[in-house]
Amino acid sequence: MKGKIHSIETCGTVDGPGIRYIVFTQGCPLRCKYCHNPDTWKMQDGQDADTEDLIQDIVKYKSFMQFSKGGVTISGGEPFLQPEFIKDLLEKCKANNLHTAIDTSGFVSIEKADPVLDFVDLVLLDIKCYNPESFKTLTGVPLEPTLQFAQHLAKRNIPIWLRYVLVPGLTDVQEDIEQLAKFLATFPNIERLDILPFHKMGEYKWEQLGYTYELTDTLEPTQVEVNKAREIFLKYNLPVH
Amino acid sequence: MFEQWNGFVQGEWSREVNVRDFIQKNYTPYEGDDSFLAGATERTLKLWAEALELMKKEREKGILDVETKIPSTITSHGPGYLDKDLEQIVGFQSDAPLKRNIMPNGGIRTVKSALEAYGYELDPQTLETFSKYRKTHNDGVFAAYTADMRKVRHSGVITGLPDAYGRGRIIGDYRRVALYGVDFLIKDKMAQKDSLEVGIMSEDVIRLREEITEQITSLKELKAMAMSYGIDISNPAQTAKEAIQAVYFGYLGAVKEQDGAAMSLGRTSTFLDIYIERDLKAGIITEEEAQELMDHFVMKLRMVRFLRTPAYNELFSGDPTWVTESIGGMGIDGRPLVTKTSFRFLHTLTTLGPAPEPNLTVLWSTRLPQGFKNYCSKMSIQTSSIQYENDDLMRGYWGDDYGIACCVSAMRIGKQMQFFGARANLAKTLLYAINGGVDEKYNEQISPKFAPITSEYLDFDEVWEKFDQMMDWVASVYVNALNVIHYMHDKYCYEKLEMALHDKEILRTFATGIAGLSVVADSLSAIKYAKVKTIRNEAGLVTDYEIEGEYPAYGNNIEEADELAIKVVETFMAKIRKYPTYRNSYPTMSVLTITSNVVYGKKTGNTPDGRKAGQPFAPGANPMHGRDTKGAVASLASVAKLPYQDSQDGISNTFSIIPGSLGKTLDERVTNLIGLLDGYFAQNAHHLNVNVFDRETLLDAMDHPEKYPQLTVRVSGYAVNFIRLTREQQLDIINRTFHERV
Repeated sequence: MKGKIHSIETCGTVDGPGIRYIVFTQGCPLRCKYCHNPDTWKMQDGQDADTEDLIQDIVKYKSFMQFSKGGVTISGGEPFLQPEFIKDLLEKCKANNLHTAIDTSGFVSIEKADPVLDFVDLVLLDIKCYNPESFKTLTGVPLEPTLQFAQHLAKRNIPIWLRYVLVPGLTDVQEDIEQLAKFLATFPNIERLDILPFHKMGEYKWEQLGYTYELTDTLEPTQVEVNKAREIFLKYNLPVH
Repeated sequence: MFEQWNGFVQGEWSREVNVRDFIQKNYTPYEGDDSFLAGATERTLKLWAEALELMKKEREKGILDVETKIPSTITSHGPGYLDKDLEQIVGFQSDAPLKRNIMPNGGIRTVKSALEAYGYELDPQTLETFSKYRKTHNDGVFAAYTADMRKVRHSGVITGLPDAYGRGRIIGDYRRVALYGVDFLIKDKMAQKDSLEVGIMSEDVIRLREEITEQITSLKELKAMAMSYGIDISNPAQTAKEAIQAVYFGYLGAVKEQDGAAMSLGRTSTFLDIYIERDLKAGIITEEEAQELMDHFVMKLRMVRFLRTPAYNELFSGDPTWVTESIGGMGIDGRPLVTKTSFRFLHTLTTLGPAPEPNLTVLWSTRLPQGFKNYCSKMSIQTSSIQYENDDLMRGYWGDDYGIACCVSAMRIGKQMQFFGARANLAKTLLYAINGGVDEKYNEQISPKFAPITSEYLDFDEVWEKFDQMMDWVASVYVNALNVIHYMHDKYCYEKLEMALHDKEILRTFATGIAGLSVVADSLSAIKYAKVKTIRNEAGLVTDYEIEGEYPAYGNNIEEADELAIKVVETFMAKIRKYPTYRNSYPTMSVLTITSNVVYGKKTGNTPDGRKAGQPFAPGANPMHGRDTKGAVASLASVAKLPYQDSQDGISNTFSIIPGSLGKTLDERVTNLIGLLDGYFAQNAHHLNVNVFDRETLLDAMDHPEKYPQLTVRVSGYAVNFIRLTREQQLDIINRTFHERV
């Protein structure tokens, strides 16, 4: 089955456990202000890929995945923009006994995502902010679908590694973090929570693409600020990594 | 039986020289972690501080001191001490630490120019002796070289030939000195000579009788050398301290007699562990003292020095000695050959800090104990000072008591040596194929006149046919040149002590090598899968290329490109095998450049892959910088495909990754690096240098070398002290592909 991808990385070590083959899909409905891959936004910028070719390439790395207890991660872009494509690819991965993960913003239609989840062992879920207004400002889309998706994952008991990007002035409001922690505390399926300090390594891409980067003057959070956020999550017994 | 052998399980080894049998019957595999290790003692810290101080002075001056008159022999110089009261293991090459020796048997001109480069003058009498009365290896070689051999050497299609310096890459079984004592070894050699009292004195018998006589002389000298330190090594070692000292004396004798390019140590740690275990059990030493002995041994190995010319330093930068120690691996009975002393040896990276020497080489198996895997991985991440070689692959070829000489050359210890043969520049060979054997830089006819390619666009089949012919010609000149070199080296510069620590019947390999593999593979891929237009000068010589379209590059795990690299390796090895070799040696090949990839690049014009004239090649079997775009694992998987059966002298790959790309926490990084090594070696790869650091660290070290006296970087097959590299070499390392996805 055909789809659009941005690129391949054969040595992923931060998007799921072990060494992972990462397929970056093309296209994203969000326009996050801190996005470090803005070149994945527009569907027409991607390259054509076929799941048959991809799985043939993926199995070449089986020894690396098996020894490191790694697997395959589909990232993006937003993978769920191409549900049929990723479902076919994930199904092929599972047929080869590979661990599968999907890296998503959660801004997806549950109806379309549900059949895909049958072949997913782990979801890397970004909840970018718990305040609906800030979320909208930051991403350009509403918060509600992401929360519903998270609850759906809980219902199906699919493990989540939750990622929270800490951006000074945008997502570091104590109250918002507290509310998110409270929301997550009831989930049975959160295996791990990572706080990712905001960085500007993607800024040059914005310039190359002719977009205006609004966070040029935003500083990276200090260790003290990261620890503060950490404390809040820990208070609710969340498995902060 | 010797009383020193009390407590050891006896066996074949008690009746005849057989160190492997001794190890197998007596060693204690260790499957635990690193928590038992002890730190450095006061004595060690003080002694090492004194050594560092001397090394600092050496760096400032170039060399600390050098002999200018008396050629080095096993007994010519010494004793020498750093701090007699503190040193637990003694012995230097000269009468003072870091003082360099001269070894004119390789070639007197090399000695003279090396001395002059550092502002010293060779004693006129010594010069006269080795010019007038005593012929050298270098003189012998040039007396026999043909016109073709001179031409390929001059144009650089073959470079680094050991025709003016010691060939190295021979490992004496230094363990024998400890286990048997020198008298037993002399008796054994006398019996070997007696066995050659035969009816027909053929050339082979005459040569071997002469060689064994030399070997016996060297063993006697070794005893005398040890006695000058007040230590008698006639008999077997009694304690761990004596065993380490005896192994070191064996090695020290070798480096006083020879300054071969690589003077490797072998596989000593598990052997020594048997003595340490015996002493620990008997309460003779503590863990602290055991570590101290290893620390003092390693300190000595870090202070081995040779006098080299600036031209040599350009090829092999950073003053390397390749004191390679092979650690770990699995026995053929399935037990790991990992012992606590495997850990203690690597632990010197902590007790003394990182260093390029000894060249720490872990023989990796996917079945190594987890505790040892974790420890190696952690030490790699912290120090970038370890290389890994595939024991699961090599065990089938070389058994379970082989060691690595130099970077990647496996040899059964005491049973095998090699005739080192540097390397042929295959990228240049490809350019010769296109231009009919005219050198693209010198505009000279180097090979006999072959028909050049005259078309505007290169056709793959035509290029391959001509490349095949040119490889055939290069291989013939190359093998013949090496035959001359090793005939003369045996005659004028024989390694008598190293060979005294070998069996009578040994396997000799004939170790050729290639450089520029990834340039050639990508060039062929460009010609086959894109369009390559030739650009000619007025004389019609192709001097540049234009690529139209894109081509799959080697290093992305794409069959189309990788199979071209495989084909080149297989074809050139087949060419090498066609020609008779000196002493019926067994032909092998390596894909290894050491740091000479920079010099090879300088000597090679524009190539059809888009590489510009003068730009460095990738080191060893590495993909070209920046062309491996699918990530580190794809790059590793491509290199893993190169066939070891056609490059049995080793396939070197250097891997640099930033810490963040291995994972977020140290635990994750340790686990993921193990996964990379297991996955890579499970695909039959041969070798991996592992560097874990940020590019920023290296840039800072370039500007502030004083802050990084011990910063160690793995390059093709060995490690160097980063701040001792030339600026050009430093930039080459920084510009290479760093795998850095975070």
